[in-house]
Amino acid sequence: MDLALQLLFTGIGIGAVYALVALGFVLIFRATNVVNFAQGEFSMVAAYLMVVFAVDLGWPYWLSFLIALAGMALLGAIFNLGVYYPLRHRTFLPVIIATIGASILLANSVLAIYGPQPQVLEGWFETPGIQLGPVYLDSQYLLIIAVTVVLVIFNYWFFERTMLGKKLQATSQDKEMASLLGISVSSMIMITFIYSAVLGGLAGILVAPILFVSIQMGSTIALKAFAATIIGGFGDVAGAIIGGLALGIIETFGAAYISVPYKDGFAFLVLVAFLVFRPQGIFGERVAEKA
Amino acid sequence: MSAPSDNMPVVEPLVRSKPLLIRHLPYFIAAAILVALAATMRFDGYILNILMQATTFAIAVFGLSVVLGLCGQINLAQAAFFGFGAYAVGLGTADYQLSYWLCLAAGCLLALLAGAVLGMSTLRLGGHYLAMVTISFQQIVTLVMINAIWLTHGPDGVSRIGRPDLFQSSQSYLAFCVAMLALVGYFVWHLSDTRLGRAMRAVRDNELAAGVVGIDVFRTKVAAFALSAVLGGLGGGLFAGGFAYVSPDQFSFAESVVFLTMSLLGGVASPIGSAIGTGLLILIPEWLRFLKSVPGLYLAIYGLFVILIIRYMPDGIWGFVTAGLDRWRTKAKTPPPAGALRLVPATVGGDIVLEVTGLSKYFGGLKAVDGVDISVRRGGVHALIGPNGSGKTTTLNVLSGLYKATAGKILLDGTEITTMPPHQRTAAGLGRTFQNIRLFRSMTALENVEIGAERPGNATIGDGSDDLLTERAMEALTFVGLGNRANEPISSFSYGHQRLIEIARALAANPTLLLLDEPAAGLNSSEKLELHELLERIASQGLTILIIDHDMTLVSEAAQHITVLNFGRRIADGESMAVLRHPDVISAYLGTE
Repeated sequence: MDLALQLLFTGIGIGAVYALVALGFVLIFRATNVVNFAQGEFSMVAAYLMVVFAVDLGWPYWLSFLIALAGMALLGAIFNLGVYYPLRHRTFLPVIIATIGASILLANSVLAIYGPQPQVLEGWFETPGIQLGPVYLDSQYLLIIAVTVVLVIFNYWFFERTMLGKKLQATSQDKEMASLLGISVSSMIMITFIYSAVLGGLAGILVAPILFVSIQMGSTIALKAFAATIIGGFGDVAGAIIGGLALGIIETFGAAYISVPYKDGFAFLVLVAFLVFRPQGIFGERVAEKA
Repeated sequence: MSAPSDNMPVVEPLVRSKPLLIRHLPYFIAAAILVALAATMRFDGYILNILMQATTFAIAVFGLSVVLGLCGQINLAQAAFFGFGAYAVGLGTADYQLSYWLCLAAGCLLALLAGAVLGMSTLRLGGHYLAMVTISFQQIVTLVMINAIWLTHGPDGVSRIGRPDLFQSSQSYLAFCVAMLALVGYFVWHLSDTRLGRAMRAVRDNELAAGVVGIDVFRTKVAAFALSAVLGGLGGGLFAGGFAYVSPDQFSFAESVVFLTMSLLGGVASPIGSAIGTGLLILIPEWLRFLKSVPGLYLAIYGLFVILIIRYMPDGIWGFVTAGLDRWRTKAKTPPPAGALRLVPATVGGDIVLEVTGLSKYFGGLKAVDGVDISVRRGGVHALIGPNGSGKTTTLNVLSGLYKATAGKILLDGTEITTMPPHQRTAAGLGRTFQNIRLFRSMTALENVEIGAERPGNATIGDGSDDLLTERAMEALTFVGLGNRANEPISSFSYGHQRLIEIARALAANPTLLLLDEPAAGLNSSEKLELHELLERIASQGLTILIIDHDMTLVSEAAQHITVLNFGRRIADGESMAVLRHPDVISAYLGTE
């Protein structure tokens, strides 16, 4: 029972990371109807930026954190201008192939610069964690859970309560109508990409002290996050978060009770099960194409 | 299923083309020369390895040209399927001393099964699901190759892989691989003009329309995906024999990306493009070996290439070359004149061709169609009218199977079709056009109409041979007045003409009932007159038409019978003039005081 509680805590912590990346997926999907296959690389690049500033250059953690997030905003903008925007009028297939290309470019550019050895990034806090009854609460996991909760609330406030959020929603629902109402669709899409890159980056920085900082972390996180969006219901914000948490928990228990080397395979099995039995996910609705 | 009428004349093609094998003789001669060269030229070991790699990789890339190029579905696990073939041959010959041929067949079968299962679980869903699932599958296969040491030897890989007795020397084995490549290349090249290939292209161009012209979209996609997997497995099996050693890193996600880049670079739509792309991407890294000294650098460049090709050269090198050739080649040949189109609608049921009872379609709380009855009498034109938002197009979409009915029953010529998917309704004799035109845009007018003619159960095309199909399609195009432009691409036709091509596509299928969804929308007045005349010519051959339109002049002149919908309910039904004078109809259109 104690072990189960401990695993539950760890699962929620890792699941929160998947949820953050999944949120980035969903935001871009809703704004552009495109799945950004480089979403995971955003996390990976941000983690490496932290390694550059906080470890290699030895700058303060908070300063490196801010610089890394600013760097992610810049990357999101470049990504939009270089990969998505020129292809916005093409069908989805060329666009996803281009984002796959971008993901390979990002991952392997970092590999070429930093080499294949995984890097280590310290956690934010000096205190490693606190013991609460039978469960040991790791401080980094606590931070991840706290940040995710704050971001979910912020997200809700931003999209439901601010004008900018409403404009973004309008753009994602009907681009033509939004532009007729005087909303600049291209800047809304730009904001979406910047915001998702920052979200993805945040997830990467938070998870980096738990995992190693490696080239593969991007694609691993992206696959899990994508599975999370399908479990939750594609395109659904609440679904992405629930799906992410569920996946984190399933995976942690699977690794503890079934098999460690195949830990990364559980996400895939859950994904296939959902695709076969409930493709619309927990919350999603199936939408038919209009004739 | 509809049955042909008894007085059907035996269908004989007007022109018989030469048998395929004779027309394609030059290809086989060239292939034989290549095989002979591979078997006899003296290569040093390095060149031999490069050729072996290029040949086996090209077979896997041909697979991508089927699934991605022809059918428009992505496959990011080609290296995993390649690995299936390679490990089957590797483990089978090295660990279990089985016959090479048996192992190769088993590898292909394994890839086929994996491809079919993967495809069946995912291909009903949107394309990004397929992309993610194939990536996940690729990762799992790599995990298993590395961790299931008892089976795969783990990271050490498999060595001392055998070859068939007949091709023990590297030179003869290379010749064997080249021969296989030539065979697969012929198959893939020819595939695009077969029934399955046309179906794949139709699915790629417009999935919805493909279903409505009678193509089983899901089965076509699964077939394309499984075929691509088999070619991956075959390439991998040959690869293993060629290099005698395989290890997990040769079948990683990175290799799937390499396959994808090869296919995009050369031109995903044709096997020639695939071969060019494969050749280039095997040779270029050999020339630029220094790039491989920095890990990641060459893959980063591949990633950049993918983005640039997609943006600036979407049809790849070969697409670029053929587009250039087309420009100074003489214009498309004018096809031979065709005979008159015969429409012989099946008459199995009684006097009523379409019997709709209590049809409802709810979207959540919205009752778009609510308990509608329609009976369409055989012969003549029946119109379904109503103000905007009255549920006309929804009714049509439920009739053709694009939406599932919430309640009610649909009988077409005596056959219940209420729960059938679109392609089965088409096979049962339903034809339709779309309000916003849905043609297969990468094809010529003739090819579009040929796909229509290929409807399962079409009795006018005899055995369905290419010649008979072409003839039937030409007749349909001539019927709508576009026969002399049959070989032009869709993009060169005006909006009104595209509409006519859609009608020809439906007519070529020899339907029992033709549904026309606002055919007059967007037409100018002279085009409307032509349309009216066309409707009369269709009806005069006994084909029943159910038309939806806003143009009251067209409806009142062409239709003998009118059903009026408002707010999803039937408010009037009967002979045209009486219905149009009905007070409810007038108030629905003009409002009441």
